[in-house]
Amino acid sequence: MLRSKTVFFVLFFALALQFGNDSVRADTQLLNVSYDPTRELYQDFNAAFARYWKAKTGEALTVRQSHGGSSSQARAVLEGLAADVVTLALAYDIDILAEKGNLLPKNWQTRLPHNSSPYTSTVVFLVRKGNRKGIKDWDDLVKPGVAVITANPKTSGGARWNYLAAWGYAWLKSKRDDNQAKDFITRFYKNVPVLDSGARGATTTFVERGIGDVLVNWENEILLGGKDLGKDRFEIVVPPMSILTEPTVSIIDKVVDKRRTRAVAEEYLRYLYSPEGQEIAAKHYYRPVDAKVAGKFSTQFPKVKLFTLKEIASDWQTANRTHFADGALFDRIYQPGR
Amino acid sequence: MLNEATISVGRSVVARATSEPALVRGFLIGAALVFLGLFLFVPLAVVFAQAFQKGIAAYVDSFREPAALAAIRLTLFTAAVAVPFNLVFGVAAAWVIGKFDFIGKSFLMTLIDLPFSVSPVVSGLIYVLVFGMQGWLGPWLAAHDIKIIFAVPGIILTTMFVTFPFVARELIPLMQAQGSEEEEAAVTLGAGGWQTFFRVTLPNVKWGLLYGVILCNARAMGEFGAVSVVSGHIRGLTNTLPLHVEILYNEYQYVAAFAAASLLALLALVTLAVKSLIQWRAARDAVIRHTGGGESDA
Repeated sequence: MLRSKTVFFVLFFALALQFGNDSVRADTQLLNVSYDPTRELYQDFNAAFARYWKAKTGEALTVRQSHGGSSSQARAVLEGLAADVVTLALAYDIDILAEKGNLLPKNWQTRLPHNSSPYTSTVVFLVRKGNRKGIKDWDDLVKPGVAVITANPKTSGGARWNYLAAWGYAWLKSKRDDNQAKDFITRFYKNVPVLDSGARGATTTFVERGIGDVLVNWENEILLGGKDLGKDRFEIVVPPMSILTEPTVSIIDKVVDKRRTRAVAEEYLRYLYSPEGQEIAAKHYYRPVDAKVAGKFSTQFPKVKLFTLKEIASDWQTANRTHFADGALFDRIYQPGR
Repeated sequence: MLNEATISVGRSVVARATSEPALVRGFLIGAALVFLGLFLFVPLAVVFAQAFQKGIAAYVDSFREPAALAAIRLTLFTAAVAVPFNLVFGVAAAWVIGKFDFIGKSFLMTLIDLPFSVSPVVSGLIYVLVFGMQGWLGPWLAAHDIKIIFAVPGIILTTMFVTFPFVARELIPLMQAQGSEEEEAAVTLGAGGWQTFFRVTLPNVKWGLLYGVILCNARAMGEFGAVSVVSGHIRGLTNTLPLHVEILYNEYQYVAAFAAASLLALLALVTLAVKSLIQWRAARDAVIRHTGGGESDA
């Protein structure tokens, strides 16, 4: 009898602890559902925005973060993860929320400047010190015997950009010849020994597990990895030409209207475009869209000839249909374990 | 002389039949020890070595983080709800299965085993399919402002599902072996239902029950796959300790990641110690019961 009483006591105490905690927190809360490589960026930005919001309105604000592969995060929001704002790797993941979930209007991308991308990046390479395979450009990645590490474009938004960077390079170089580009991308993925599900996982595979000769990933992820993991072990290789990656942000109308957080959520995203927001993005190795801030950080970002998604596929719907949908090009060219 | 010779030959034959040469013995034992050391002891040691890589201060600091504290609290809370539930359920199920015969008994046993045979990721996805916005109950739940997945209730539900069989599985063979004679005797002597249960059935299975609860608790705190699917990974809100370890590792915070992992490893070690203690006590009790029972029978 005594034992069951103790059990109930523990239970009651635990319940009180849990719910007591929730009710004490009366301040406003936002949930930002983002993708893998923005963890450090939003840790800093959230603190900065909370300070700004407190000074402006006197309201205490807690911004909570959730990170994972871009497409799986979109899936979670679609299944009911109550995100006030989403900051995902590609517009297509937010398009899905508008189309399948009716969570926001279909024209969401026109609501903020620069197609709702407050910061951009590009796709570059990381090689092991000495660059023994002599990797300089995209063509070097499809040579036999070069092991390329990149994430799975089916699950990772970042990896779709990597795929499109490789495809776009071959397609533009061959004067828009689909067959040559197809041949290039087939040889490219033949050199990939392991497909991680997210961009951060790919970095860990290359850096920590020591697999592969070259890591193809976003510039911000590679610059961050290079800083954290030691410059003496790796070298960054910037190809002469690459894609302009545009991660996009939006509020989720259904959620903010229900939680009555529209004003603060909108301000949160607008603040990403402010000089302070842009500087925080640049400090975390994202290329700022604000020209003034970009000038200040110009030494950090090497000059690359950048092509946009629009130049190689008219939009994400088309890109998805031709490349990433079930049975589309990627499924046809990639056979694991070959 | 002749007799002695045959005896010694006979002895050596006996000796050879029951044991291997010293060399083979040494090699087999050595191989087993090396294997255990390499695959069990070294990884465990590495966890602690990495956790204390930058000294005790860094180790302690990693637990001062609000996100780490929240993860520990959520893990304890989840176990505090899931384990008692499975305790009650497990005892009830084992009692029904072990003491009574009815139609559909083997079907019920199969159902109880289901969480063991289903991959944890699938268990998590089942809950997303049922409670998600694109699933069966999601829209209704959202309309009534009830949050299940991507919130604490979902984490508790999946944990319960995954740890369902531990207590029941431990008790069913025990109760079946004990049969229902003692209960019948108690009832004949005028004991009521609850009295029989608390005075006869429960004391008979207490060590098995404790053992099941300990295993159940270890799994509830350590579960990764199923919880990862339904958690939504909101820091400070829906991250359990195992998920927190992964996040820290991905953030290149190796000391903090291994510090959190060392907590889980400690939990495993404590579980093993308590488990051995319980097995030892149970074995001792069984011996006492056995000798005592023998005398009264005579």
